[in-house]
Amino acid sequence: MPVSIDFPISKLKSFGVTALVLIGIGLLAYELPDILGKQVLNPEQHVTTVIWTGSVYSLFALGYALVFSILGVLNLSHSAVFMWGGYIGVMSVIRYDIPIYYTLPLAMLGGGLIGVAVDLVAFAPLRRRNAPRISQLISSLGASAVLVSLAQLEFGTSPERFPRTELKKLPYEATKAREYTVNSLGLDFRITPLQIAIIVIAFALMFLLQYLVARTRTGKAMRVVAFNQKVAGLLSISVGGIFRLTFFLAGALAGAAGVLYALAYPSLTPFTGDEMALKGLTVIVLGGLGSIRGAVLGGILVAAFEVYATAIGYSWLKDALPFVALFLILLFRPQGLLGEANVKRA
Amino acid sequence: MGFLASVGLNDFVITLMFVNAILAMSIYLTLYGGMFSLANAGFMAIGSYVSVILTQNHDWPFLPAILAGMVAAGLIAIPIGLPVLRLRDIYLAIATIGFVEITRIVILNFDKIVDEVYTRLHMTSEPPKITNGPLGITGIPVQTKLEHLVIAVIILAYFMMRMHRSRFGRALAAIRQDENVAASQGINVVYYKNVAFVLGAMMAGLGGGFSGHLSRIIQPGSYGFGTAVDILAYSVLGGISSWYGPILGGLALTALPEVLRPLKEYTGLINGIVLLIFIAYLPGGLGDPALWRSARKSASRISNFITKGKTADAGA
Amino acid sequence: MLVLKHVSRQFGGLMALQNVEMHLPAGNIIGLIGPNGAGKTTLINCMTGLDHPTSGHIEFNGTPIEKKPAHRITALGMARTYQNIRLFGEMTVLENLVVAQHGLGRATLADSLLQTPRHRREIARLRDNALQLLKRFHLDQSADVVAGNLPYGDQRRLEMARALATNPKLILLDEPTAGMNPVETTELGEQILRMKADGKTLMVVEHDMSLIAQVCDEIYVLNFGQIIAHGTHQEIKNNPVVVEAYLGQEEGA
Repeated sequence: MPVSIDFPISKLKSFGVTALVLIGIGLLAYELPDILGKQVLNPEQHVTTVIWTGSVYSLFALGYALVFSILGVLNLSHSAVFMWGGYIGVMSVIRYDIPIYYTLPLAMLGGGLIGVAVDLVAFAPLRRRNAPRISQLISSLGASAVLVSLAQLEFGTSPERFPRTELKKLPYEATKAREYTVNSLGLDFRITPLQIAIIVIAFALMFLLQYLVARTRTGKAMRVVAFNQKVAGLLSISVGGIFRLTFFLAGALAGAAGVLYALAYPSLTPFTGDEMALKGLTVIVLGGLGSIRGAVLGGILVAAFEVYATAIGYSWLKDALPFVALFLILLFRPQGLLGEANVKRA
Repeated sequence: MGFLASVGLNDFVITLMFVNAILAMSIYLTLYGGMFSLANAGFMAIGSYVSVILTQNHDWPFLPAILAGMVAAGLIAIPIGLPVLRLRDIYLAIATIGFVEITRIVILNFDKIVDEVYTRLHMTSEPPKITNGPLGITGIPVQTKLEHLVIAVIILAYFMMRMHRSRFGRALAAIRQDENVAASQGINVVYYKNVAFVLGAMMAGLGGGFSGHLSRIIQPGSYGFGTAVDILAYSVLGGISSWYGPILGGLALTALPEVLRPLKEYTGLINGIVLLIFIAYLPGGLGDPALWRSARKSASRISNFITKGKTADAGA
Repeated sequence: MLVLKHVSRQFGGLMALQNVEMHLPAGNIIGLIGPNGAGKTTLINCMTGLDHPTSGHIEFNGTPIEKKPAHRITALGMARTYQNIRLFGEMTVLENLVVAQHGLGRATLADSLLQTPRHRREIARLRDNALQLLKRFHLDQSADVVAGNLPYGDQRRLEMARALATNPKLILLDEPTAGMNPVETTELGEQILRMKADGKTLMVVEHDMSLIAQVCDEIYVLNFGQIIAHGTHQEIKNNPVVVEAYLGQEEGA
């Protein structure tokens, strides 16, 4: 299957699609109450929630997109790496009194290393004998099972969280919601500095990745490997090295997303990853498999489905809506919102 | 049976092993046609719920209810397969996962949906409780017997074995190897893909019906993403190069965690590690004909050695 | 036998075929030549239903086929080979030819699963046909070899046999000489002439002018998706437009 790492549809078009979707999300926040005849409090609030949860989803899902675009396989252990990232963050505070600031780089490093280990154990042996992708999928599933069991052994199954006392030590009273008003637009929303930080960190990391892939020599090498491994070999690019780097980056993203998730939700268990796995897959399919920008848009969309479904009082629809959207997208636009149609070769 | 029970394989587990063998065969059919469909957990849920609702709420006898669940799964497979099977590879896998999750969520919220419909239509009667939400249907008498399953597995295995050399099976194999060329040789690709999908769905529905009447309780949570990939793992680890591979996979992978149960909290870990080793070192799966040939060879070598006191290699 | 009217195929902004007009009379061997990337394979794909023209009409023995799926067109009596060999590599040589006759069988799904006598008789009949074809292409020794393990030349011949297995009226050969030496090419030419003698119509897509000269009654020249010339081998050889499109490119290369 020809894979592309972010050669999306033209910039203008992808900008247009993104803008349309975002405007749609914004408008829906205001129009839903009228359409359904239900009272919805504070529509701006929903938009903020969509953005900060969506940014975590996107960051997490990017790891799938990255591995898929370079290797053409789905790494089902990504969600387990994410869960480990969360634990590395929380446990380094609880067990070793490490300040919260340092948990992010720690979890990224840890996640990256776990990612490389997964590659060595679950993917590399199969790649060497050219195993079908379906075997690699099962293998990554085995790796995921191992990681989840290890977390169960090490951390138990009761929910963990960053200690409240430590969170309180963060500057600007980070966990305290604040009211922000934009008078000129008549907007009024509440958000905590911590949530703002989550948004900023997630988007910063995503921009960094986009920069790395699009602008640097390494990124170029990655794109060549994604395009054709033989060609990459001829250009004396170390294909194995690029694979390991890809797994490291994906793992680091998962680690970061894990910490941000743990900061946002006080309920980390070894099974947290399983819940996120499907969300992540939905995100990258909605946006377009292998597209970085698509993953960002997809994350926002999935968050929007969840938040709005809850807001209008059909919280049970919350889980179903993303899949309905996924189903429809696959049937009518399999390349996803920002993905490029595979050019048919004669 | 005494020995099996001593390693953790009691009657319940053995029956479950055969249920999973059926599920493994159900996905094998689509894999054989080159379709990476994970939809069978959804069809299993449909077969399970339909048959249990029929026996529990409508007093149907066991076997007709099971067959009805199988038919229901097959019927739902038709409108799903037609659009979805145009997708390939990972896209098909994810779309079918979407179907599995939607099915699970609909079953989970079925009573709420019915309730909503009653309100909208201003119906005065009390809406019925059918699927009973996340708690599921409980107190289902155990009616599935090992005999039923052994018979079902034998019949299905016979079909699978025959399929390889049949017109139907060859068409599927051709589609798997090159869909376009298959079409150019006169094979109606859309038809065969859908037939395989529907037959697979019916088998999954059958497995679902049996499992529903085995464990006293059915809950929507047992038919999600995890189940979908488990079914795939049975088939792939069993090996899709032979008809008996998936059966072996279903039996072995169900037995494995039970046999490992004495390891207590390490069960899950060792189970995962064994999976990794299987997939890394048995490329053709447990049912790889080459593996069995070489096993037979080494067995005969050993017996030769014992009887004649020399290695078989000398004669070969 | 096969008539193309105003056939165009567009991929996004790219015109792969533009207003192609062709006429393949029954019982003839038609050559289609053109430089790399001229659109030859796209044209064959449109004829056989693997791709469909964006606009225009294709008639096969009077039946419009431009929108028909590939298996229907095959049932009407068209068969093809591929530029890059595309056998069913995991099947044996014999199985390749049995599955190739799929459209000639009538057994139902139930026959298949229950192995009814009807199904057994049908498989036996198809196997007999397949064995005859193998003899004709000197492949009967390799009947039980897995097709992917055949030597290259045998794979080419098996593909030709597979095309014949559908009992076609028209056979499209997409660069059949690719990778062959001159001796093999001449042999192939003889096979092609034999098919003509059996009453088949053929279209040969080629780079190699020697085969075209050996077998073709008429030649079409395709360049940049357009037919730029049509005539006998002599006419084409001396056509300045063709010389420029064809030889000009070769000199440049």
